[in-house]
Amino acid sequence: MTALAARRRHPLATALLVLLGLVITGMAYAAVLPGTADAAGTVSQDVTAGRKLFQANCATCHGMNAEGRNNAPSLVGVGAAAVDFQVGTGRMPLQQSGPQAPEAPRRLSDEDTTQLAAYIASLGAGPAIPDAAAVDPASGDVSRGALIFRTNCAMCHGAAGKGGALTRGKYAPDLSKTSETHIYEAMVTGPQSMPVFNDKTIDPQAKKDVIAYLDQINSTPNPGGLSLGRIGPVSEGLVAWLVALGILLGFATWLGAKSS
Amino acid sequence: MPAHDDHDDSAVATRGDQVPDRFENPGLPAHQHRMADTDAKAAKRAERQVAALFTLSMVGTVLLLVAYFAVKLEYNNMSFVESLDQLRLSNQLLGGGLAIALLGIGAGAVHWAKTLMPDEERIEYRHLQRGTDEERAEATAILKLGADESGIARRPLIRNTLIGAMAMFPIPALVLLRDTGPMPGKHLSETFWKEGIRLERDQPGGGAVKASDLTLGSVVHIMPEGLEEKAEDLLNERAKAAVLLIRLEPELLAAESVPGSYNGIVAYSKICTHVGCPVALYEQRTHHLLCPCHQSTFDLTQNCKVIFGPAKRALPQLAITVDDEGYLVAKGPFSEAVGPSFWERG
Amino acid sequence: MSTTTSPAAGVGNFLDERIGASKLTKTFARKVFPDHWSFMLGEIALYSFIILLLTGTFLTFFFIPSTGVTTYTGPYSTLQGQEVSEAFNSTMRLSFEVRGGLLLRQIHHWSALIFVVAIIVHMFRVFFTGAFRKPRELNWAIGVLLAILAVFEGFLGYSLPDDLLSGNGLRIASGIILAIPVVGSYVSFFLFGGEFPGEAFIPRIYTIHVLLLPAIMLALITFHLILVVVHKHTQYPGPGRTNDNVVGYPLFPIYTAKAGGFFFIVFGVTALMAAFFTINPIWLYGSYDPSPISAGAQPDFYMGFMDGAVRLMSGYFEIAAFGYTLSLNIAIPALILPGVLTTAAIAYPAIEAWASGDKREHHLLDRPRNAPTRTGLGMMALTFYVLLWIAGGNDIVATHLRLSINDITYTLRVLVFVLPPLVYVITKRICLGLQRKDREKVLHGRETGRVFRTEDGEVFELHAPLSAEDRWTLVQFESTHPAELESATDGSGVRRPGGLLNRLRQRVSRFYFEDRVEPVTPAELLEAQHHGHEELSASGGEQPQVTAGTH
Repeated sequence: MTALAARRRHPLATALLVLLGLVITGMAYAAVLPGTADAAGTVSQDVTAGRKLFQANCATCHGMNAEGRNNAPSLVGVGAAAVDFQVGTGRMPLQQSGPQAPEAPRRLSDEDTTQLAAYIASLGAGPAIPDAAAVDPASGDVSRGALIFRTNCAMCHGAAGKGGALTRGKYAPDLSKTSETHIYEAMVTGPQSMPVFNDKTIDPQAKKDVIAYLDQINSTPNPGGLSLGRIGPVSEGLVAWLVALGILLGFATWLGAKSS
Repeated sequence: MPAHDDHDDSAVATRGDQVPDRFENPGLPAHQHRMADTDAKAAKRAERQVAALFTLSMVGTVLLLVAYFAVKLEYNNMSFVESLDQLRLSNQLLGGGLAIALLGIGAGAVHWAKTLMPDEERIEYRHLQRGTDEERAEATAILKLGADESGIARRPLIRNTLIGAMAMFPIPALVLLRDTGPMPGKHLSETFWKEGIRLERDQPGGGAVKASDLTLGSVVHIMPEGLEEKAEDLLNERAKAAVLLIRLEPELLAAESVPGSYNGIVAYSKICTHVGCPVALYEQRTHHLLCPCHQSTFDLTQNCKVIFGPAKRALPQLAITVDDEGYLVAKGPFSEAVGPSFWERG
Repeated sequence: MSTTTSPAAGVGNFLDERIGASKLTKTFARKVFPDHWSFMLGEIALYSFIILLLTGTFLTFFFIPSTGVTTYTGPYSTLQGQEVSEAFNSTMRLSFEVRGGLLLRQIHHWSALIFVVAIIVHMFRVFFTGAFRKPRELNWAIGVLLAILAVFEGFLGYSLPDDLLSGNGLRIASGIILAIPVVGSYVSFFLFGGEFPGEAFIPRIYTIHVLLLPAIMLALITFHLILVVVHKHTQYPGPGRTNDNVVGYPLFPIYTAKAGGFFFIVFGVTALMAAFFTINPIWLYGSYDPSPISAGAQPDFYMGFMDGAVRLMSGYFEIAAFGYTLSLNIAIPALILPGVLTTAAIAYPAIEAWASGDKREHHLLDRPRNAPTRTGLGMMALTFYVLLWIAGGNDIVATHLRLSINDITYTLRVLVFVLPPLVYVITKRICLGLQRKDREKVLHGRETGRVFRTEDGEVFELHAPLSAEDRWTLVQFESTHPAELESATDGSGVRRPGGLLNRLRQRVSRFYFEDRVEPVTPAELLEAQHHGHEELSASGGEQPQVTAGTH
């Protein structure tokens, strides 16, 4: 009797047989299944890795082929810039539903983000991630940027970029900690409620001007003293009531009290 | 259950067997002396404190004067950040010095009054505001005498013509204000927009807009081409001519806005119909326009009807089309007056 | 003829022989003023006004009140080369290139805010203590007018630099003027010299802000202070203080030092604010242009209640018919509401006097708890005002508390009607409760926290009876009774005229004075003391009942 036959009634024999059957079936299936076509004609490593990441992190909301579903928009044609912005600022993958996706700590690494971006870019032509030259504040005109920002951005983000309210709990965020690349990408992709400022509406040089302006005001001190948030008269009024009146009432009480 | 102890000052004063209806005012409490009243050393200490405060004030003034001359606001060789830091330093030193100078005097004076000046309460008596009956009678008599002497009661002709003259003479004061401004005329109903005027970007460099420049979700802030060169009062015209240009999916547009649209691109007045702020916030996903002043919200898919907030009227649409070179142009002026409502708006 | 040689005597002689200085000194120098910290609030306002005049004068040396266009060439880089108005440019130059310019500009603006803060707090102090009663009704009316003028003056003042934020505020003002029925567009065109913005508004605002309103306010403030001297200052009730005297300290030297010192303190605190807190950074907003706008478009806080009322209104109320438009959605919150509030404020002393039938002079202040209805009404007004204030900042509230501005608006629309009456009821109950507590304190003494145990094992807290002085403050008030209804017909059966008004008066009087707590009388105190003694001598026992007068 052979060694194999002697073990044919071993408890694990059935399990081994089933496993063997599965492997053979799987390999046969894989050999027969057609491979997925890809726009460039070749399947690059980033795109493949990106697709896996997409299916793991994004497909539940955005659909298996990023076609969009319910509140999650289609990602076909949004471009690598959109992915770099949304994932890079931690807005995506969305933690919980609410009026909008807030900025949050990043959940995917740089490498993952690049791969995801490559995958989405492969689905349809869209804005690419800007290079360093495109977002360099040193080559932007801060005064021109101030005027462009005032007309196109200040109504939502505030004249000093400190943020503002939109309807139904949505808001335009504070821009003081946003990176230059992310600002560019947000302008060009129009995330969530933000309009799309394509290169015909605000051309690349104008975008650099806006970035230069934001860079300038975010790095400049307030000559008058503490900034009180740069949100305008509301905080000034609060400080007048709480600080100034408080101090003056303190003096008034001291003045009226009997001395020891 | 409370226990009482019988101190005289809390007992109820009685007049014989009669208990009075109300308590009586016990009079000023006994004067309590301050330390500086009785203790010469405490008084000396208070005096030194007051002097220290006044001296501190002098230090503050000196600080202000030194800072004024030492911290100059000349930014020629400074970077932007450095120049703002310089200004901030100047502001803080001048302001801090001034504050110390003033607070020193104030606190010193108050401390002096509190600790060293006599603090025994004094009483002054009030008198009724009204005069005595004799004074009133005398005043009435004087008034009557004066009226009689003037004769105004006996001479109605004088009285009536006086009234007429006094009533009329202030009228020129009002009439003279007539030339403070022109009549409104048609100004509120007319804007710079006319048929054929191109839509131009409202930013440095400007530039006319082609239909293909707009993608879904984009918004362009618009002014009429030629406004800068031809407008007599630039800001007045800008205040009425501001327009928002937005592209939507054509099927989303309301039926009444379609004739004025071009391939899903629509143009609406940017001036809020509530009290005139620019309705500049465009929420791309919901197709809503939000005015930041009082939160009036307009729905682009309903011809900019008001869906929230204190505004009543929809934003007027600017009908657009393209010219031969593909640039977007106005088809004509606005269909109605832009901006806030007014009585004769119609 | 003077034979002394001291210079002071020389000056004194000079003044006396020309203006009767010795008589003035005799009359005024030892005038008595009562001492309380809450009497300093009006002073904060007065001193702020003086600071505004002083710093404002400096600002006028540099400000150019013109809308003429110029190019900015100053050091602020984000404005470089932009076309700005002369008004904006001169304000920038003052802030960045004149030493002390930014400081004085900030002192001026902080002082304006403190001015209105002080006016509001002072006004509420006067209201809650009943200091507006006869003979001070005129002074109260002058005060209300001063409050309105101060708010308007501040609005015009911060509109002068012609920046984006204040320019939009003027745009809103012109929209509100347009909403005036029939004459709105005419008034707007006359005020602005044509369409908005035009070129006349900066110079005209300048004249009103620098010349007209300060002159009117100075006259009103002078009259306000003259009346305080003529009527003498009110005082809080206490031992030795009656309605016919003033207890306090003399003007010279005590109040010269204290009040004079307080001027320096107010000025110093304002300078401190200006040294360390930025206010109105116009360089961040840029010069006014009617096309752009910044998020966070609010007026200064004192206009916030009006902005809030405008935000809460619904557009439903604009009526268009027969070719005319009646914008009630703007007229009600921006024109009618401030008018109603001002009229109600000025008329209030008369209303309360009518309800109480009290025609006497009042120089002793009320402790707020002793006028429960008035205090409740005041808190109701304050609640209404604060809710409108919050509505004016609803977008800032939304971004900072992560709420929806729509939800905030809906909630406030309801709260603004529901919360004030609720606060009225709660405040009144609190006042009545405090009055009852005062009665307990008088009848049973102050809780000492010391515990006493009888031989039988019963445990009591020792109460120390109040001294006559402490007791006086708690029992001196008078509890007004509602006016009595005169019968509709007099003794001969003839119909009494004004019957409807009388019945209304009786109703209002009941509303005011029906719920009241009477002050403790000597008889009640004696009874409470006897009860206490009897109960203590018998072993054990119950708390003596508070018998008379409590409602």
